[in-house]
Amino acid sequence: MRQMHDRGRIKMVNGPVVGATDMTGYKMREMVMVGHLKLIGEIIAIEGNDATIQVYEETEGLKIGEPVTSTGKPLSLKLGPGLLGNIFDGIERPLLEIEKNNPGFINEGIGMIAIDETVLWKVEMDVVVGQHLLQGMCMASFQETPLIEFRWIVPPGVEGEVTWCAPSGEYNIIEPLVKIRNREGDEESLCLLQEWPVRSPRPVSERLALSKPLLTGQRVLDIFFPIAKGGTAAIPGGFGTGKTMTQHQLAKWSDADIIVYIGCGERGNEMTDVLEQFPRLIDPASGRPIMDRTVLIANTSNMPVAAREASIYTGITIAEYYRDMGYDVAIMADSTSRWAEALREISGRLEEMPAEDGYPAYLPSRLAEFYERAGYVRTMEGRDASVTIIGAVSPAGGDFSEPVTENTKRFVNAFLALDKKLAYARHYPSIHWLNSYSGYIKILAPWYAAHVSADLVELRAEMIRLLFEENKLADIVQLVGEDVLPDDQRLILEVSKVLKIGFLQQNAFHKDDTYVPIQKQYRMLTVIAHLYERGLEAVRKGIPISVVRNESLFERVIKMKYDIPNDDLTGLDVLTEQIDDYFDSLIKKYA
Amino acid sequence: MEIAKEYLKIDMLEGPLMVLSGVENASYGEIIKIRVKGDKDRLGKVIRLEDKTVVAQVFEGTSGLSATNASVRFTGRPFELVMSPDILGRSFDGIGRPIDGGGPIYGNLRYNINGRPINPVARKYPRDYIETGVSSIDTLITLIRGQKLPIFSGNGLPHNELAAQIVRQAKLSGTSSDKFAVVFTAIGVKHDDADYFRRSFEDSGAIDKVVMFVNLADDPIVERVSTPRCALTTAEYLAFELGYHVLVVMTDLTSYCEALREVSSAREEVPSRKGYPGYLYSDLASLYERAGMLHSREGSITFLPILTMPNDDISHPIPDLTGYITEGQIVLSRELHQDNVYPPINVLPSLSRLMKDGIGEGYTTKEHPDVANQLFSCYSKVQDIRSLAQIIGESDLTETDQRYMAFGRAFESQFVRQHLDESRDIKKSLDIAWEVLSILPRTELDRLSTDIIDAFYRG
Repeated sequence: MRQMHDRGRIKMVNGPVVGATDMTGYKMREMVMVGHLKLIGEIIAIEGNDATIQVYEETEGLKIGEPVTSTGKPLSLKLGPGLLGNIFDGIERPLLEIEKNNPGFINEGIGMIAIDETVLWKVEMDVVVGQHLLQGMCMASFQETPLIEFRWIVPPGVEGEVTWCAPSGEYNIIEPLVKIRNREGDEESLCLLQEWPVRSPRPVSERLALSKPLLTGQRVLDIFFPIAKGGTAAIPGGFGTGKTMTQHQLAKWSDADIIVYIGCGERGNEMTDVLEQFPRLIDPASGRPIMDRTVLIANTSNMPVAAREASIYTGITIAEYYRDMGYDVAIMADSTSRWAEALREISGRLEEMPAEDGYPAYLPSRLAEFYERAGYVRTMEGRDASVTIIGAVSPAGGDFSEPVTENTKRFVNAFLALDKKLAYARHYPSIHWLNSYSGYIKILAPWYAAHVSADLVELRAEMIRLLFEENKLADIVQLVGEDVLPDDQRLILEVSKVLKIGFLQQNAFHKDDTYVPIQKQYRMLTVIAHLYERGLEAVRKGIPISVVRNESLFERVIKMKYDIPNDDLTGLDVLTEQIDDYFDSLIKKYA
Repeated sequence: MEIAKEYLKIDMLEGPLMVLSGVENASYGEIIKIRVKGDKDRLGKVIRLEDKTVVAQVFEGTSGLSATNASVRFTGRPFELVMSPDILGRSFDGIGRPIDGGGPIYGNLRYNINGRPINPVARKYPRDYIETGVSSIDTLITLIRGQKLPIFSGNGLPHNELAAQIVRQAKLSGTSSDKFAVVFTAIGVKHDDADYFRRSFEDSGAIDKVVMFVNLADDPIVERVSTPRCALTTAEYLAFELGYHVLVVMTDLTSYCEALREVSSAREEVPSRKGYPGYLYSDLASLYERAGMLHSREGSITFLPILTMPNDDISHPIPDLTGYITEGQIVLSRELHQDNVYPPINVLPSLSRLMKDGIGEGYTTKEHPDVANQLFSCYSKVQDIRSLAQIIGESDLTETDQRYMAFGRAFESQFVRQHLDESRDIKKSLDIAWEVLSILPRTELDRLSTDIIDAFYRG
């Protein structure tokens, strides 16, 4: 162990970037305390005797010559029970605790506090003296929240024979519960708390191929543009297009075990909204408040910019920690653009040579590093688990050709493009069906075939083709009006409208429509496809579109999302029959 | 306390910046006083420290300074304002010095104008709606107490009139009016614009509850960087210490951003889009995010910044970054203005993000959210039909499309348009909404349930 020292002295201050001298012995990426207030910082460059530090708190009031103290370790997170249901800032300091000490506003020099060390957990020990422990093995378990079982696993890189273990009972996170003798013959004691440097991915046994979808209950996602468990997705959109709304819907309804929600450089009230809503929302699978499975990280846009850069890593490290317990974790980062801008701001203060739009040249590699931490894996313990990353992107001016969107596109497999025009018409979610794509369709086809229906992928392709046709026709309609089109093309327009309003549009505030099970989604789509099929049959028999497009029938199909409850799909059979009845009698009449 | 040193030699002067060397004990962000013989004292702020060299920006500008004619003193304190209840009804310049002939403000509370970030867990989610009496805002872009809702405007559009009308008519549901205050902030505006607001406050009798911070177009540019911070610090004091419901009107944020760009380029920082500094987003956020409500305090800050979009371009960095931070936006349209519609609010790109939780049953009326949705969706369809009509002529449109054209006209001329002094309550606004919606065939109202249509449709 290296001695703590405080030889360093501040020699330069420029916003969140601080230069210090007499820094020999300090390491790259080491966490340091800056100034008399002990602001938290991280060393990001070393040159000879000097070091450059990015500081995670407001630097106003710092003076030349104030000390810089070492902590001897890289910027690390404290991992242990107590994360779930809690809200932290960008470097894992509990905001509720800060609020208790200083109501209203966040002050400087709070120090490095993290999860509560006084709470007692009812630990069921699962090790015996003499047992040989390997990294990733489970040593104990207990309910962290009513929803999630905490599994205490041997930290990565630790191995040895148990020489002592505590009996089952109530313990806090810093009491030693197990002592082992490691390979070097030294004794090491383990407690529930462990530390992990945020910028290093946690190891896994192996990476597995993706095979399961992350079901979200959102039709446009689950059927049109699915995300795989362990996959990556980006949601780009200008302001007001509903990025945050979409992220919230995913956090609420996706079938991951754990949600890590990072509010990165976004609005304070949005975090407040999450904090008020989530404890009241009930998870459809478990009947428990979804807050029980959620960890919130908040670095709102007015909080220090350097901590914004760290918040993404804090989130992903917590996600990996729960993944290592065997859970499917989904991480929502809203928004990765703010993180990229934080990189740019710090890079600018370091006077680095800028690449595109002032962003540093290492932007693509940082983005890749982040998204590559997603994956479907076998954990050290041998369980299958995953981390799925869904990142919102806020392109400047809503223009998708800017560097952050462009580079993100290279590293994600599902691209859910939000569209301003759809948002203006209050078509939500405003995911545009022609600009979006998902690379997971092929991978997930076997899953859909086994769990929903063999023809789902085919049906989806057919419906997208219909929308594509409609888009081409819409251009013509813009020029000459709808009346001049032949009837089969007008049918495409009419059915596309049903598809858009009745299927793609989904009302997040409606009790049934906010979350729709995959079976109902599929059945709804078959009803629309059936409507098109029978309509086309009638049109081909020369029946005019004005009769084919029966007002009340089309209306009933559009409103099926509201009228037919999620738990009773017989209404869809009735609707199919009604479609058949109508067209049968129509065809008979015109025959 | 050591005796304050005075520095008599300035190493470099460039634009608004000065560089001093050999300085002991300076702290980042502290305020300096510059005394020039035969001139007023000036203030500056330390913006960079490197060894014994200090870079400071001078609020009043550096003209008239030379390497040797000034003496510089470090105050050891950040930029602070003194607060007391006496500030109500007073006017100050861009950095908080009285300009109304009254004496200075005395008090023992000093506030750092940079404030501190509000802890997200301390925020109370804003829900109480503010009735502005403007139909399009109340119905479609509802303003909520504690919200930050900018007006995106263009040069020559009546944004000042609209802002003044909102201040005049705003009714905060459930509070007595004596706990209502306005902080008006002018950043780089013309004399007559500032006068217009002052007169408007006087006419409405609200002037005793107004605090004004005025940096005019010909005032020093560097002051502009501090003007909104002075104003928001005052607002925080009024709201969170004295329990007022404060409405902050700020015009024009575009001048603020330009001042920021000027200082940034003088500092030779790496520019990002259109030469604005890379930290423009964080900087704007540090202003906008000061609006809100707290669990532990009484009052609220509702923030109504006005910005003129250069060349009416909504994708310009200033409106763009603003839109990403604020909780919606009210967008004014030159086309509507030329069409003699006041207020020329283009509702389609306008949005109030907090509206969903502040309207409907228990707040306004039960059907309000659905009616708003329906209006948006129909009016957006009108745009498509209008462009079609431009090509094939209105008479060749289908009958439904012709009804849409009529709806579009009525929507603009009856619903959106109203007189400068006309205040409509929400009932009246919704009533007009139904009147114009009833122009459309019943079947086109696809966002409304059958029973709502039965109850209100007048076709």
